Amino acid sequence: MISKNPMEQLSLIAEEKKALTVSEITRQIKLSLEQRFSRVWVQGEISNFKQHTSGHLYFTLKDEGAQISAVMWRSRAEGLLFLPESGMKVIARGSITVYPPRGNYQLDVEQLTPVGVGELQLAFEKLKRNLAEEGLFDESHKKPIPEYPETIGIITSETGAALQDIRSVLSRRFPAVEVLLLPVRVQGVGAAEEIVDAIAEMNRFRKIDVIILGRGGGSLEDLWPFNEEIVARAIYGSRIPIISAVGHEIDFSISDFVADLRAPTPSAAAELVVRDRAELLELLRNYCYTMHGSLEEKLSTLRDRVEGLLSSYSFNRPRDLLRESAQRVDEFERSLTSKFSHLVQLLHHSHLTLEHRLEALNPKNVLRRGYALVRKEGDLVTSARGLEQGDDAMIQFHDGTVKTKVQP
Amino acid sequence: MSPGKSRKQSFEASLKRLEAIVESLEQGTVSLDDATALYEEGIHLAKECAEKLKAAELKVKKLAKAMDGQFEVEGLKDE
Repeated sequence: MISKNPMEQLSLIAEEKKALTVSEITRQIKLSLEQRFSRVWVQGEISNFKQHTSGHLYFTLKDEGAQISAVMWRSRAEGLLFLPESGMKVIARGSITVYPPRGNYQLDVEQLTPVGVGELQLAFEKLKRNLAEEGLFDESHKKPIPEYPETIGIITSETGAALQDIRSVLSRRFPAVEVLLLPVRVQGVGAAEEIVDAIAEMNRFRKIDVIILGRGGGSLEDLWPFNEEIVARAIYGSRIPIISAVGHEIDFSISDFVADLRAPTPSAAAELVVRDRAELLELLRNYCYTMHGSLEEKLSTLRDRVEGLLSSYSFNRPRDLLRESAQRVDEFERSLTSKFSHLVQLLHHSHLTLEHRLEALNPKNVLRRGYALVRKEGDLVTSARGLEQGDDAMIQFHDGTVKTKVQP
Repeated sequence: MSPGKSRKQSFEASLKRLEAIVESLEQGTVSLDDATALYEEGIHLAKECAEKLKAAELKVKKLAKAMDGQFEVEGLKDE
């Protein structure tokens, strides 16, 4: 077609390809644009702001290089937490719609978030007031945090400091838990929606005892997803208790108010959610000593009774029966002692690996150096005057005990 | 205790049971046979709890969205 003149070319194209009507091309543009831009976030400055008497908002979003018409219908505008005005910087979420009668396109705005700190602060206060009135912060709705969770869900950024902080605290305090991370963006457009989805997903995924939701520190704008109403409602609706840990100690977010528990930082959330294993091992040790002591006391009471009966005249005859009883008590005591010392060894071992300093205080170490404990009738003898000729005494070495009689 | 969990109890259930055992042994009103049985159970529970606490490695997994939009669990690649 190189040599033909322009008029000939045009008529050729018209013949070869059927020309589209204006309506048809517009329909195709509409289809293409509305499918392609069904959910977009657009940042820009509001200009030509008009609130129509119908309640719909009409304005233009612009930056240095371009502008786009925008409309926010009354039903959505009513949910706004601030009054938009020309000159204000905002992020609008919505979709592109094409209006064929005028051949133009516009942004159909669903949600409008101010970008400036002053506006954000106002929006924060207003949402906080609204949700408080609605009862989303009520103590009565807060779910208890389980004392010993087995699976902990974490909703935060996979690359952020919050995840590392939580992991290191859990590793140190109580590594016997399972952590299930659902990575989300924690700032910027779309972050709030991702957090909402993550909460819903964790609730669908049955086996999670508690959720930590949070992120490290940042500016008010960075923390903003945690101040979004949809996030607040998702936290409120969660079946699984949620601990909110957003930013630093001084930062309060809407999430903090609506969550079942607020932690000042992500590390603190991890501290709150599990108990310290060294403390728990100590508790277990105390329980074992208490159980051992209680049973020993019971046995010794029974032994005294048996011995009393043995030595009494009236029961001297059916001696066999009594000996049997005495033997049974002895057997109980033997099995008790061996089980107990096994357990104490186990607990000692696990405790010592955590608390090496306790080693120095272990009385067994003293015995191992050649010292011994002397007991008379169970009581510790700490002086030579505590023993007299003919007394029965027990000498306890590190590896066992021998019975002895004090020689004249 | 729920019958379905009899094999391996949760840490919390074990600890709660252990606390109850310690308490009844301390009260000293149970018979010798019962006391011995409780003691054995208590020692067993304490051992189980202690072993659980010794688990050295924190398990971290990730819920990730698969191609079909469903979430599934996968390992977290370590940094």
